[in-house]
Amino acid sequence: MTTTAATHGRYRFSHVARMEWTKLRSLRSTWWALALTVAGAIGIAVAVGVNTRDAAADLTNNALAGISLGLLLIGVLGVLMMTGEYSSGMIRATLAAIPNRPLVLAAKAAVFGMVALAVGEVAGFIAFFAGGAALPDGIPAPALGQPGVLRAVVLGGAGFCLVGLIGLGLGAIIRHTPAAIAVLVGGVYVLAQLVAAFTHSLMPYLPIAIVANSLTVVQPMPDDQVRFLSPWAGLGMLGLYAAVTLGIGAWLLARRDA
Amino acid sequence: MIEVRGLSKRYGATVAVDGLNFDVRPGIVTGFLGPNGAGKSTTMRMVLGLDAPDAGQARIRGSRYRELRWPLREVGALLEARAFHPGRSGRAHLRALAASNGIPRSRVEEVLGLVGLAEVAGRRAGRFSLGMGQRLGIAAALLGDPGVLLLDEPVNGLDPEGIRWVRNLLRSLAAQGRTVFVSSHLIGEIGRTADHVVVIGRGRLLADTSVAELSARAPSLEEAFFELTDGSAEYRGALDSKGRTS
Repeated sequence: MTTTAATHGRYRFSHVARMEWTKLRSLRSTWWALALTVAGAIGIAVAVGVNTRDAAADLTNNALAGISLGLLLIGVLGVLMMTGEYSSGMIRATLAAIPNRPLVLAAKAAVFGMVALAVGEVAGFIAFFAGGAALPDGIPAPALGQPGVLRAVVLGGAGFCLVGLIGLGLGAIIRHTPAAIAVLVGGVYVLAQLVAAFTHSLMPYLPIAIVANSLTVVQPMPDDQVRFLSPWAGLGMLGLYAAVTLGIGAWLLARRDA
Repeated sequence: MIEVRGLSKRYGATVAVDGLNFDVRPGIVTGFLGPNGAGKSTTMRMVLGLDAPDAGQARIRGSRYRELRWPLREVGALLEARAFHPGRSGRAHLRALAASNGIPRSRVEEVLGLVGLAEVAGRRAGRFSLGMGQRLGIAAALLGDPGVLLLDEPVNGLDPEGIRWVRNLLRSLAAQGRTVFVSSHLIGEIGRTADHVVVIGRGRLLADTSVAELSARAPSLEEAFFELTDGSAEYRGALDSKGRTS
């Protein structure tokens, strides 16, 4: 026998995370989608900046408007991190390599979450400065030193990461790409429109509203019809959504046949 | 050594695997035969912990699959031709699997050379032919230099030269003392490759014997197989009512 079996130790989180990192970075489509997300956030920040007429508006929030669009892309990427394994059959190779399934999802969440956070922060800061630079003459750009501004930019990137993790959790629960994307888009965007039209009391709890109207806000919303969550409460709520979807996803992953 | 004990699995009303008992011993190639839908793939997935049995269990060197400390260094599996992402290169696929079980990167290049994919390993695996995909799957199975190998239809999509290559590979792996369990539709190929066969039909064990013994039952191994599996349908029909008492 020439086998190396039964050597010391056993697989740990760090091994699984290294596998997931190798998988993530070896798909070119991931990098294209992330680059597109950042470019889109910057493009929208510039467009909104150029067209600004009111110096009293929440210019930081305006500059971060593109983050909300990017939420869709990062959410879809999160979904694909999981459903792509099912559609290709890769999931069986993954789970044969690491039979501890919750550990697989935890490593995926850690690796993808870190990448999404980094991309979200990069997109947030560049969009903030680009949006400020694009403002017309006579309207001063917001500065990071002003109250609440740095918080809004940083939490915008964090919201981006959390929506990505919600996508990952949905992918683990639903497993089929089109269905999972439909639920994500429906939950994040379509539901927001419906709720906005019918019942204002639920509005503050929708993911897109949390990112757009809680996390990235410097001046409280003047709209007295809807009371949005504070930035930190919004972050907590979004984090709770991500934790619940990932938790259900891990539970189902461990229970179902692969 | 693989031990299968009372293994059963049903999908809704369909019984896929029904109280299977057999051992797969080291040092020989054991063929796994049965008609389509006999439960071969389901059995292999249960041995690998991918599907949970409704009853019974499978053990590998005394452990359940999920208890293995370095699964890929103990068990190598080829489950289906395409268990890889089409957008990833063959090399990246193997590097990801290697990382998960602490297998050095140099081993990735070794197995790529072994299966003859070294030249094309940088290409997206989605562009691989069926045969190349199969070779990538075999490379993944060999990655951890495991003592136990499970291969589901390994010669699917291979040309005659590839089939002979797999045959020689499996025989040499068994000669090194490994446990080699290989399913195939190609009875003649199993006859040339395996020393022992496990035959199942409709999820039940029909034979667990040497290739020589099974071949001696009829003019050819193929005819022996058909006698066995034809019988299974009638046999099973007669047994249905009794089956519930077991």
